[in-house]
Amino acid sequence: MLKILRQIHRIGILTEPVPAADAGMRLREALQRRILQIMGRALCVRAVDAGSCNACELELQALGNPIYNIEGLGIRFVASPRHADLLLVTGPVTAHMRDALQQTYEAVPDPKLVVAVGDCGCGGGMFGTGGASLGPVSNVIPVDVAVPGCPPSPTRLLAGILAALSPATAPAGTAGP
Amino acid sequence: MSLKTWLAAASPLGADPAIRAIRVTAEDWRRAAEDLAAAGARLLALWAQDAGAGHSAVFAVYASAGGLLLTELRCDVEGAPAAYPGLQDLFPFAGRMQRAARDLYGLSSTDPDTRPWLRHAPGEAYAFVRVEGDGVHEIPVGPVHAGIIEPGHFRFSVVGEKVLRLEERLGYAHKGVERRFLDLDVEVGCRLAARVSGDSAVAFSWAYCRALEDQTGVAPPRRANWLRALALELERVANHLGDLGALGNDAGFAFGLSQFSHLKERLLRATEEAYGQRYLLDAIVPGGVCRDLPAAAGARLAQSLAYVAAQTAVLRDIYDEHAGLRDRFVGAGTVAGPLAARLGLTGLAGRASGQAYDLRTDLRDPPYDELCAVKCGAESGDVAARVVVRFEEVFESCRLGQRIIGGLPAGEVRVAVPRPDSDGFGIGAVEGWRGPVLVALSAGRDGRIRRCHPHDPSWQNWPVLEHAVIDNIVADFPLINKSFNLSYSGHDL
Repeated sequence: MLKILRQIHRIGILTEPVPAADAGMRLREALQRRILQIMGRALCVRAVDAGSCNACELELQALGNPIYNIEGLGIRFVASPRHADLLLVTGPVTAHMRDALQQTYEAVPDPKLVVAVGDCGCGGGMFGTGGASLGPVSNVIPVDVAVPGCPPSPTRLLAGILAALSPATAPAGTAGP
Repeated sequence: MSLKTWLAAASPLGADPAIRAIRVTAEDWRRAAEDLAAAGARLLALWAQDAGAGHSAVFAVYASAGGLLLTELRCDVEGAPAAYPGLQDLFPFAGRMQRAARDLYGLSSTDPDTRPWLRHAPGEAYAFVRVEGDGVHEIPVGPVHAGIIEPGHFRFSVVGEKVLRLEERLGYAHKGVERRFLDLDVEVGCRLAARVSGDSAVAFSWAYCRALEDQTGVAPPRRANWLRALALELERVANHLGDLGALGNDAGFAFGLSQFSHLKERLLRATEEAYGQRYLLDAIVPGGVCRDLPAAAGARLAQSLAYVAAQTAVLRDIYDEHAGLRDRFVGAGTVAGPLAARLGLTGLAGRASGQAYDLRTDLRDPPYDELCAVKCGAESGDVAARVVVRFEEVFESCRLGQRIIGGLPAGEVRVAVPRPDSDGFGIGAVEGWRGPVLVALSAGRDGRIRRCHPHDPSWQNWPVLEHAVIDNIVADFPLINKSFNLSYSGHDL
């Protein structure tokens, strides 16, 4: 136990303190403010892998590390679509995952948001559209925000979630900044 | 025939004399498999594809002490039987590969399981094996899972908490990768290869480049080989750190997840500084690597590796002494050595069950002929053993990484790869973090891909997971599954 406490003390709090001029930090502050304004509570996110190569999943997992500390912002990944406000979907959507993705989407209570993640989720990427790959997420369910990248960095993913919460979001728009 | 005779009867496929190929009859297809299995060779991959000139064929690649051997059986020649001889009794995991070969290419084996595997028939229920008896019920899980993981379906047959049987149903991430490769330019194909399984991008893109370089007779510069090995070891460390944290978390020890995910993030940032990418999806390119490593960036990367190794040593001490973790890890998901050998458990999970194979030390392809990597292993075959192997490999890969940076030879980091003279064929195998990754590639004179088959070691290990969970409790499945951490995308193609 002593070793664990010593290690916690030695590593300290890593969540990045970003100076005011840093665009990344402004994004995170703004994100928290918007969530409080709009949701008035924690934002619950359900991640669905609709057929990705799994690189996007690695970056989604990284959002939870102490440096990005997404839970500290009030955003939580949940285990059921029925608990979710927002779906984060990686792709390309495979023909075999179409039904499962549609059912997951329908299980999320209204109003709901969808963020398509990665070059493949946004446009089919290296796998394209055709044959076993149905291409972008928007071919199967309505998408509010697309966050391209191969894979998109955790900071970009946070920016995408913010874009989904912003009322000015155009359907299938590209995440800032 | 002995292994030596088979190797002598085969001829080199490309420039590397340790990769040999032989075209066989249906009878010899079976005999070769029997002889090689008896000699202790391992089946690395089995697939069906167009064999050029309008022929269809089934291919198998074996790894032996004498190198790699490819056997090719043409299935559409006169006198060929309607179904090729199945190899499932010799290599149990071959059954699914044969089912996939039938789904994707229409060639059938003589083995009895003819259920589709990668191709799901719409509206048709999959015939799971039913377990009957008092109090037996089924728990279906997936394809959408409660976490940030890939899609797949698991069907548990349980009595109370005890798992009697697990049956996997995969193929949900099937994207038609092999078809996508067709007619791509060989340079673009390398990018697709890296995305067969994103967590093994270096292993797949390196294996792809080896296959291409072998058939064009190009030897990458020594410095490029060293930088490729550095990328491969960075990928190994990053994945192991992620898994060690997740394994702690799955056993209720959130401290482990936050500590290891912090270390992983540090390493990813150092990797980005050195290679321009957090995940090395585009680091390996035909003929070499995407960019050179300047001395200053190399020094910082070496420092990061030293930091990771030192911190991991502290955390290992904590994991080793933590009674709660020991209780969950020891004896969970055990695959004993003889069963692992029989089922062909490979890679990291195999090494945790006494299967001491590692292509880096067994084949010693450049630059591992100069680097003297140390093979890590354990015997007990449980979650604890797979944790031990990950710890050992983190230390070893950090050591190798620092040695590579410290002794990096001078010279070019990329040479041009010419178009193949004729429609060539090559094989590349690389020991990725999960196990041996193989790519078979045929490129045409126009620089376009004729056919390409990428093979992930998850093919070998998914069936063994079904055995590992027998008699364990359902609640331990996430922990056992994570201790294998197999790829869905790499398997589903």
